[in-house]
Amino acid sequence: MSRTVGTVVTEVELGWELLAQVPDPELPTVSVVDLGIARDVRYTEGKLVVTITPTYSGCPAMREIEHDVHARLSERFDHVEVRTVLSPPWTTDWITEDGRRKLAGSGIAPPGARMLPLLVQGRPEACPHCGSAAVEELAGFGSTACKALWRCTSCREPFDYVKAH
Amino acid sequence: MGDHAVEALLRVGDSCLVLAQRLTAWCGHAPALEEDIALANVALDILGQARGLLTRAGELEGAGRDEDAIAYLRDAPDYRNLLLVEQPNGDYGHTMLRQFLFDAWAVELWPALAGSSDAVVAGIAGKAAKEAAYHVRHSASWVVRLGDGTEESHARMLGALDMLWPYAGEAFLDDEVDVAAAESGLMPLPSSLQPAYRKRVESVLSEATLPVPPDPWWQRGGRQGNHSEHLTYLLAEMQVVHRAHPGATW
Repeated sequence: MSRTVGTVVTEVELGWELLAQVPDPELPTVSVVDLGIARDVRYTEGKLVVTITPTYSGCPAMREIEHDVHARLSERFDHVEVRTVLSPPWTTDWITEDGRRKLAGSGIAPPGARMLPLLVQGRPEACPHCGSAAVEELAGFGSTACKALWRCTSCREPFDYVKAH
Repeated sequence: MGDHAVEALLRVGDSCLVLAQRLTAWCGHAPALEEDIALANVALDILGQARGLLTRAGELEGAGRDEDAIAYLRDAPDYRNLLLVEQPNGDYGHTMLRQFLFDAWAVELWPALAGSSDAVVAGIAGKAAKEAAYHVRHSASWVVRLGDGTEESHARMLGALDMLWPYAGEAFLDDEVDVAAAESGLMPLPSSLQPAYRKRVESVLSEATLPVPPDPWWQRGGRQGNHSEHLTYLLAEMQVVHRAHPGATW
């Protein structure tokens, strides 16, 4: 199928457009495209095949994401397949610029640069509340597998930080 | 791939599964909220790693067993985990030392496994390597904080080291399954990981002002199915719902 709204949109383009409307269940301000969880969209022989990848091995939201993706795409496609792959492993480098802005806008510090080769969490560039660079770690593990808890020593507010991974 | 591949994968996968089960027992009981959350997060990662390996072991076995059948429908003698991970939780220092002795192994194992000849295993390991690097940072920091802490915490860490050290060598004892798995390119030879492990453990223990004990007779047998009594209780709790309600879904 194809859709015509001013310009012709291919199935693959429509697939990406719909994926961009699927929020992450645990970070609902960003979509699965913003987070880099949606890796690939193909359309072959009447079927839309979407490839997704988990952030962490034990991410409990993965099944829900798969379900949400399938449901959203099924609104426009008769045949949808959602595949999960582990390789190459997800990295916060895949979070889009748009995704980083949305995270910061909702009070969650986006990931800083990855510190190779140690692969520790990096550090937030700034407090998402007041913009100060004076921040410190409170706890290495936070409310979801992908986040740590930090605080700002300028405005004294704690905030979630998406660990560089 | 032969039986050695399934056995070798279960040795790692079961170690992750059993340790994840141990860690979840802290949920709601850890000494601080941050630690409660930390252990739940670590347990989730390790459980995810276990699920991947158990699923793959089932596929290679070809007998139609999925991850649930392998996790819930085997008894202790069929488990292939390290004896270290089935040891009881003890106090928080005991749990953290056990975790560190495991993480220090995992952080060497996963990067090596990421080069496995089995693409599925390599994919699981590539993710796990990043997670293990984060876990060992956490557990090592607690070993140092408690070892180099108060008189009380130091004494407790000495006690934990006394109890756990004999279990810290099993992961590096090669047998014929390991040799076959290494020859096929599936896994690194366990003993090949030991030098880097020792270096890290000695460095962290030293920073924690804890002595590196002399090499004991390493407790062994878990990887061949000979377990301590602790595993049977753990499995009873982990498996009871699945066995009481076979095939239940919700």
